[in-house]
Amino acid sequence: MEINTGNTAWLLLSSALVLLMTPGLALFYGGLNRSKGTLNMMMMSFSCIGLISVLWALYGFTLAFGTNGSSGVNKILGSFSQYLGTGTSWMNEIWQVGGQGIGIPTYVVMAFQMMFAIITVALISGSLSDRLKFGGWVLFALGWFTLVYVPVAHWIWGGGWIGANLGALDFAGGTAVHINAGAAALGVVLVLGKRIGWPRENMRPHNVPFVALGAGLLWFGWFGFNAGSELTVDSVTSAAFVNTQLATAAALCGWCLVEWLRDGKPTMVGASSGAVAGLVAVTPACGFIPPLAAILLGIVAGALCALAVSLKYRFGYDDSLDVVGVHFVGGWIGSLWIGLFATPGVNAVVAHKSLFFGGSADQLWRQIVASGSVSIYSFGIAAILALVLKAAKALRVSEDAEVGGIDIADHGETAYDLTPSGGAGGAFAMAGITPPPTGASSDGAAPVGEKVAG
Amino acid sequence: MKLVTAVIKPYQLDAVKEALHALGVAGLTVSEVQGYGRQKGHTEVYRGAEYTVEFLPKIRVEVLTDEIDVEKIVDAVITAARTGKIGDGKVWVTSVDDVIRVRTGERGLDAL
Repeated sequence: MEINTGNTAWLLLSSALVLLMTPGLALFYGGLNRSKGTLNMMMMSFSCIGLISVLWALYGFTLAFGTNGSSGVNKILGSFSQYLGTGTSWMNEIWQVGGQGIGIPTYVVMAFQMMFAIITVALISGSLSDRLKFGGWVLFALGWFTLVYVPVAHWIWGGGWIGANLGALDFAGGTAVHINAGAAALGVVLVLGKRIGWPRENMRPHNVPFVALGAGLLWFGWFGFNAGSELTVDSVTSAAFVNTQLATAAALCGWCLVEWLRDGKPTMVGASSGAVAGLVAVTPACGFIPPLAAILLGIVAGALCALAVSLKYRFGYDDSLDVVGVHFVGGWIGSLWIGLFATPGVNAVVAHKSLFFGGSADQLWRQIVASGSVSIYSFGIAAILALVLKAAKALRVSEDAEVGGIDIADHGETAYDLTPSGGAGGAFAMAGITPPPTGASSDGAAPVGEKVAG
Repeated sequence: MKLVTAVIKPYQLDAVKEALHALGVAGLTVSEVQGYGRQKGHTEVYRGAEYTVEFLPKIRVEVLTDEIDVEKIVDAVITAARTGKIGDGKVWVTSVDDVIRVRTGERGLDAL
């Protein structure tokens, strides 16, 4: 079969869109964090682009999406050799879905799925801000990617037991990405412990415009994530695209509505968070449900996630930037929504009846088993990895480093120059006074640029 | 001699400076400060969690003067700094034992 240029062009573009989500996530998380740990927060995302891209090409793709010769093993893990490394032997291979070529080179599918692996690992970092050693993070990312992301992606999308045997559906990663990352975040946080001073101290977001910019980039990139997950361009692609926009918009409204009613004022952080909650929730369902169900999903997910982010205060776990409250909870809502509203009218792949299209729980229980299994597996392995790192003293930074700021302790840099010579303002800026330059001191050591007047 | 100290809202600094200038005040010192009075700080809510911002940015203005002009200066400052809303700040007057001009060594009223 020849390359289908339309399908291939769309998937290449989608791959680039999904990549952009991770820098977007870095801004989203970086802005929500305190300023003294914002670079570490962003580095946890950027380090995934570096590390996971390479690991994916070396062994991730073949283990997740290769087909193991033994059907028993293939239920758990893909082929060890089919796409190992960066073989040029399969450069001209056309990717098959259900035994049919879809006109897209396997290389392009590899690149597209690579971006999913990157952001899934990066998502976990939001719960770990300000206190996890950067070296510990890199080791965790390596371990969790290998032991959890790769097999789970195989179970769901690579011909493993969840997709092929159980018949649970996950269009773009509600279970494989969001529930997976959310459960892992909880597992690590319980071992890692709270930030010093939490929840007594003021840990409000330090840069809300960053949060909004990050949410915007995530939203933009998510069209590649969701509509790209059809791989080809057809009616399901358009349904996924439209549902992504509708659910996200509705979730933004849902979250703000909760704030308006409960706190009296809707916030920018809330609008951004609501949008992300909606994107998360619609991810598994976008290619299976009609638009009206997507709007309903958005409102429910936006409102429930707005309430769920308060659970950490009740139960006392410091999920710093609410990975559990948004991704775990949102992912579950979206996964269950498939059991409620999936219909063959949107996607012929839907084989079992949903509650509102057929009046049966046939699809719903499959979703519960799939999402529940991944929740337990990811939570457990993540907690074990954290315990191993803790035993090796590679988990948590020293108290001094945490109080002084992990940016300085682990990276030797700071996000902002807040000295007067760096242009920092305060009340003087509000009053319209520019602080005098401090460079020109009496010993004549003026900055080079100022010596002209000498 | 007196020292007039005013803690005012940052946005009122221009008006206070103009008013003092109109009176012929020869010099003043301003500094950035933080604090709260009766208005306290304010609360902000992020993802349902309330944070109290206790200290608000303010500007402190200090003016040295003789005893004759002190009331005019106080009146000028409070008229210029007043918005009528809570948080306008305070002005207080303290006695000063001596003042020395660094450049010339002049003391007392001559140094003002």
